[in-house]
Amino acid sequence: MFSAFMLHAWIVATLVAVAAGCVGFFVVARRAAFAAHALPLGAFPGAAAASLMGVNEFWGLAGFAVLGVLAIGQLQRAGRREVASALWLASALALGVLLLGLSGRYAQSVYGLLFGDLLGIDTRQMAVVAGFSGLTVALVAWVARPLLLDSLSSELASAAGARAAALEFVFLGILALSTAIAVPVVGALLVFSLMVGPASAARAFTDRPWRSLAVAVGICLATVWSAIALAYVTNWPVGFFVGALSALCYAAGRLRGGTVALAQVA
Amino acid sequence: MNAGEAAVALDRVAVTLGERPVLREVSFRLEAEQFCALIGTNGSGKTTLLRAILGFIPVQAGRIDLPAGAIGYVPQKITLDPGLPLRARDVIALGLDGARFGTRLPSKARAVRVQEMLRAVGAEEFAEQRVGTLSGGQQQRVLLAHALVRRPKLLLLDEPLANLDVGSTAEIVALLRRLSHEFGAAVLLSAHDMNPLLPVVDRIVYLANGCAVSGKADEVVRTEVLSRLYGYHVDVLRVHGRVVVIAAGARTESRDALERDPVHTITVP
Amino acid sequence: MDSICTWGHMGGFWCNQPVRVALAVGGGAALVCAVVGLSTVMRRQAFAGHALADVSGAGGSASYLLGINPLFGFLGMAAAAAGVMEWAQVREARERDLLTGVVLGAGLGLAALLLYLDMTVRNVSGAAITVLFGSMFTIPPSIVPVALIVAAAALGASALIFRPLLVSTLSIDLARAQGARVRTIARIHAMALALAVSLAAMTVGAILSTALLIGPAAAALQVARRPASALALAVLIGLAATWGGIALAYQSYYWTPGRGWPVSFFIVMLIVCAYLLASAVARRRSGSSATAPLSGCQEH
Repeated sequence: MFSAFMLHAWIVATLVAVAAGCVGFFVVARRAAFAAHALPLGAFPGAAAASLMGVNEFWGLAGFAVLGVLAIGQLQRAGRREVASALWLASALALGVLLLGLSGRYAQSVYGLLFGDLLGIDTRQMAVVAGFSGLTVALVAWVARPLLLDSLSSELASAAGARAAALEFVFLGILALSTAIAVPVVGALLVFSLMVGPASAARAFTDRPWRSLAVAVGICLATVWSAIALAYVTNWPVGFFVGALSALCYAAGRLRGGTVALAQVA
Repeated sequence: MNAGEAAVALDRVAVTLGERPVLREVSFRLEAEQFCALIGTNGSGKTTLLRAILGFIPVQAGRIDLPAGAIGYVPQKITLDPGLPLRARDVIALGLDGARFGTRLPSKARAVRVQEMLRAVGAEEFAEQRVGTLSGGQQQRVLLAHALVRRPKLLLLDEPLANLDVGSTAEIVALLRRLSHEFGAAVLLSAHDMNPLLPVVDRIVYLANGCAVSGKADEVVRTEVLSRLYGYHVDVLRVHGRVVVIAAGARTESRDALERDPVHTITVP
Repeated sequence: MDSICTWGHMGGFWCNQPVRVALAVGGGAALVCAVVGLSTVMRRQAFAGHALADVSGAGGSASYLLGINPLFGFLGMAAAAAGVMEWAQVREARERDLLTGVVLGAGLGLAALLLYLDMTVRNVSGAAITVLFGSMFTIPPSIVPVALIVAAAALGASALIFRPLLVSTLSIDLARAQGARVRTIARIHAMALALAVSLAAMTVGAILSTALLIGPAAAALQVARRPASALALAVLIGLAATWGGIALAYQSYYWTPGRGWPVSFFIVMLIVCAYLLASAVARRRSGSSATAPLSGCQEH
């Protein structure tokens, strides 16, 4: 389980989990679960485009993630937030279907991109993931306070001098960045469940925001590590365990939150 | 319903939310076509009382007698989604049969009733606009028509005057008074400031401390009556034609509530 | 009918069996999705709609494994997910968003496992592509009758709850004061949503079903002022995009010889265009109405 080729998987998964925990805290605070789902899944056709053009798939993913940020940000102005995410997701995937259809040779790796493949990670990829995880965490630390205030009330944030529209773009950008790096590892379909489940469970354990963020990162790490171990033992896809464990985290948080709320009433 | 029959009667009603007793023993009676204000500070349980009458929350003790048929209701501070494709006219039509399953073909009779309601509340001008895009006062008129279109014997309004400017407050009060006569409905409307209502109401239900006193305004808004209700001494003063209730007794939770409410009261050092 | 077949190269379009099935099933899916999608977008449940479609894909994957009719796989999984979301009784918007995300994550995880088992146990490869992206030209004609029944059920349920759903979308308290059974209505709507998305996911793929569900309804809501016209417009956009997309995909065999462009691509692009157009119309309309009172003020 800890042999050389698995070592990369452990390191990369740890990096991804730290970034996902930090970003997940804000995904929960800002009710952005749909965007957190739509951005990585919408970035997945980027990998198809990259393989068509013969460049590193990471650049394709990042490119489509950025496109997604711009499209969602633009569509949000016209109407409802969730409609913006849905339309971007559908357009990106439709484009992905087109690219898949035109290239033809790409179909085999679709499964890996959608559901994750821990074994295909080389040292160079690991360096890229490490760099971008660090960047994500740094960006989160940089905008954390105005972003938290804006999540509470965008009017409060505006009154304090923050620009709500700019903050939303920065947030979506961070989301895109952190999800794009995670796509090859956990898969485009399941990155977001790593963000939603642990961070929503963390709320039940503490009322302090930054402690909640730390707890979210902790649960994230526990989730990924268990998922890898279970996947290694059973040989089942790691995405399945990430999804199931995240749901368990959420359920545990709900149960605990329920008892806490009852205790407060009594 | 015969004249003289109660439009709503509460007998020793108690309501507990979670573990907190909000209403301890509330009794009052409202006759048909009476226009009644439910007065109390913020947090005194006005909304809870209205929701209990509507059957939204269970009553722990006591009983509530209601007239047969529909009850009209206008909720507090409702924010209508501007993204919904509903004109003012459609919202009123939904007041007629919005709870029924199935769809119905448009009918002339229904259109006429909706038009009557639009005219009654003075909403003809903006009948074709999406409700979500109307101003607060306009939305209030539409919701009022929505509540009245089935000609209920009892109309409940939760803080209909909150967030209105002085002019619109007078307009809505006059409108409610007129509609109450026109539609033969008893009206129970909650407010934290009784002053705009005093000239027009038949009765007042004053809510404090989980209990209520009711009667004509001059019977209720008196120093000894309200002091007994609050459980400590309060003074009822008339200043520049306005009634103010001043807390001057021992400091209690309900006194703090009284002092927090700047419209309702002034404090004496 | 045969005379149509000789009208240039579009003649073959009308006489092609897969094309006819695609027109019928795609049209049906577009109709149902437009109707159910309208209430879904109004109730801000676009994410839930998308999640049900994706999760129903897990059912599709399971059907390969169990060797049952894919329709029952899609339907069963979508209904189960809708049941979980309704059963958890979440009214606060933030919590609903999270719960949807968690159910979606768990469902996709399950899909990953089932697809993996499809590949390893049943040696079915390419199931991921079929389930997620679907293809309209490969729909077997045998599912048309079943699909029609599902479509009729979803439409019937939507018609049944049309009015009370409108009121409870406007305000739950208003609906309750009128005596509407709010919980029952929400449950019926969730089931209609499950039927619609599983029908669409099965016939046109999980992804396209989101576009069909959300796009036409969202576009119609931008410009329509009354429920009936929103409904009509959504259906119109959905049908036009679907049939237009099928025709363009058929044409595309002549653009890149030997290889057609996917139908999904064209349909989604047409829907997005309709949405952008509707937004532009709405913006122009609100812009012109905003300037009118200003000029009135200057006269005073």
